[in-house]
Amino acid sequence: MAQRFVTIWLYHLVTDWLTIRRPDLRQQPFVLAAPDHGRMVITAASTAAQAQGIYAGMVLADARAILPALQVFNDRPGLAEELLQALAKWCIRYTPFAAIDPPDGLILDASGCAHLWGGEAPYLEAIITRLQAFGYQARAAMAGTIGTAWAVSRFGSAHFMIDSGKEQEALLYLPPAALRLEQETVERLQKLGLVNVSHFINMPRTALRRRFGQELLQRLDQALGREEESIQPLEPVQPFQERLPCLEPILTATGIEIALQRLLEALCNRLRREGKGLRTAVLKAFRVDGRVVQVSIGTNGASHNADHLFKLFAHKIPTIEPALGIELFVLEAPKTDALSPQQETLWTGGCGLESPRLSELVDRLANKLGAHCIHRYLPQEHYWPERSARPAASLDEKPATAWRSDVLRPVRLLPEPERITVAAPIPDYPPMLFRYQGQVHRVRRADGPERIEREWWLEAGPHRDYYVVEDEAGRRYWIFRSGHYDGSRPHWFLHGFFA
Amino acid sequence: MPATRSDIIHQLQKDILLWQGFTPPAATAVPVGLGPVEAAFPRGVFPAAAVHELLSETAEEAAVTSGFVAGLLSPLMRRGGACIWISATRRLFPPALKAFGVEPERVIFIDLNREKEVLWAMEEALQCEGLAAVVAEVKEISFTASRRLQLAVEQSRVTGLVLRHQPRDLNANACMARWRIRPVASEPEPGMPGVGFPRWQVELLKVRNGKPGSWLLEWSAGRFCPVLEKRVAQPQAPARKTG
Repeated sequence: MAQRFVTIWLYHLVTDWLTIRRPDLRQQPFVLAAPDHGRMVITAASTAAQAQGIYAGMVLADARAILPALQVFNDRPGLAEELLQALAKWCIRYTPFAAIDPPDGLILDASGCAHLWGGEAPYLEAIITRLQAFGYQARAAMAGTIGTAWAVSRFGSAHFMIDSGKEQEALLYLPPAALRLEQETVERLQKLGLVNVSHFINMPRTALRRRFGQELLQRLDQALGREEESIQPLEPVQPFQERLPCLEPILTATGIEIALQRLLEALCNRLRREGKGLRTAVLKAFRVDGRVVQVSIGTNGASHNADHLFKLFAHKIPTIEPALGIELFVLEAPKTDALSPQQETLWTGGCGLESPRLSELVDRLANKLGAHCIHRYLPQEHYWPERSARPAASLDEKPATAWRSDVLRPVRLLPEPERITVAAPIPDYPPMLFRYQGQVHRVRRADGPERIEREWWLEAGPHRDYYVVEDEAGRRYWIFRSGHYDGSRPHWFLHGFFA
Repeated sequence: MPATRSDIIHQLQKDILLWQGFTPPAATAVPVGLGPVEAAFPRGVFPAAAVHELLSETAEEAAVTSGFVAGLLSPLMRRGGACIWISATRRLFPPALKAFGVEPERVIFIDLNREKEVLWAMEEALQCEGLAAVVAEVKEISFTASRRLQLAVEQSRVTGLVLRHQPRDLNANACMARWRIRPVASEPEPGMPGVGFPRWQVELLKVRNGKPGSWLLEWSAGRFCPVLEKRVAQPQAPARKTG
């Protein structure tokens, strides 16, 4: 497929933007100015101001001398770039590859996109019409190379559609500046009387390189398609992405559901062919008013089951605000995992952790209640009770070590050990009685002590001597003494309840 | 005549059970090893596809109830099943489940903030056929909520266990059985020091179409063992000498 590029020149970008926000300025001469070396220099001039001979780069005082009624606004550095970014984002509805071309242009890679609008001419027409409807004055051109499209959009006069292979003809009668050359080179070319590209395009390359440097040749090659030129898309194109442009703007939840179902089917088919499953998915809805609303879901395990993914999205569809309508849906899978085909056979059966129905259930719960609610624990090689289990990262993570079964652990563990007062014979006998929450428990049976040292490489503090004790009513507790008997009375704590 | 009469009564009882939705237990029914307790249930089989309610008052009772539940989970999860444990105030220490024959990594904990969410999550989980059991810690459960859980369970045949800690009122609900587990002083082997196996007074306060009762059970050697005769507690020294 031949590459096709569209370049858009917004020659009054900043002033148009200001006019859109303040329609009263439409017919008025006004400029934007920024301080430069201690004086105010005009950075952008409106059409009315330009008609009076005021141009960007002029010192503001000179402009005021020409036109005392000139209105001046402060320019903000980076403003033009921000506007371009927003416009390029808006252009994603025409192609996934949209890039900005500071200071006042956009570049779109339109390869294989135009047929959706019924051909290249309607495609270009649609872009320009929509931009002009917003209030931006724009010129756009389409060509097989970025260089030619750029040249034609800035300097072309009649034809803005250049077929691939006809770049040279299109360039012949354009000035050298159309080749995106540095000012110095352009001036030198003009001094030598080379006012058209046709004057030097057939000169020997060695002569051109000697006189004007490599840059001229490179720009010429880029424009003619002899050298590859790439653009940096505004948003990296996801490898797993499906687009659904809509003929009429979508306004209803049913419409969104149908669009989502179609996108999911297409995406899941593709994932299935490549043996992958998605872990996260983002649905972006491009609205008519130029905004993008998006919802995202996540799964616990790679999945390419369209029905299941649709259910996960179903909760979030009501949060999509269609406003005046949605004209393009994009479904992306930013994170995918390999999905082995064996799992597919288990789709209906199985009842363990691998069961797909369980992972679907967990996905449903996670999407409704938040993924932070869901915990699963794996053993960790630590004696310290609070650290003996760690949360698992996913449903299918296997324990690296075995659970300890040689020591008894309480069924209920308090998150913070609670202070108790005890009567215990020294040095390391279990207590005879202890008081917990105002109630005295007489110890009838006891096991211990089990000394657990604090892991000094993780934290400092005294060790714990744990006892399993049973009181006269048969209630079983896990209590410990913190540290040694060294002069001071050691503290005793209750840490858990046994079954 | 008396023989036929008892036959008729027997047949009628069976029919009543059928009308009330007690289908005969499937051939794949898992014996939970509750021993004499199982006789209290209709047909003498622990109803796995049902919702059970377990009450507790104190933290110690809640602990023994968790232990008893873990003991029930172990046969239910024996065939590689997974369990979901939903709670708003979880104190359960996962490594302790190992002592009751449950692989702690096969239990998925869902820790929520509100009780209402617990019941919603439990109903959602009970509808999932790929599970062995669903445990929920919840204070109050209305008749409607319990009925919804029971309906979900009848479809999916998953065991539902509702742990009610300090319930405000014991209203009638659609749960299959109401249990209460209390700790009982353990008795080590004669002459042995230390704490013995966990021993519980298991009370079945209510059971649909069954006979409520009370049993003394002990968890030893990885199963429930009924404690038959109550030995007279020997007066013992308060603690053993160690070290």
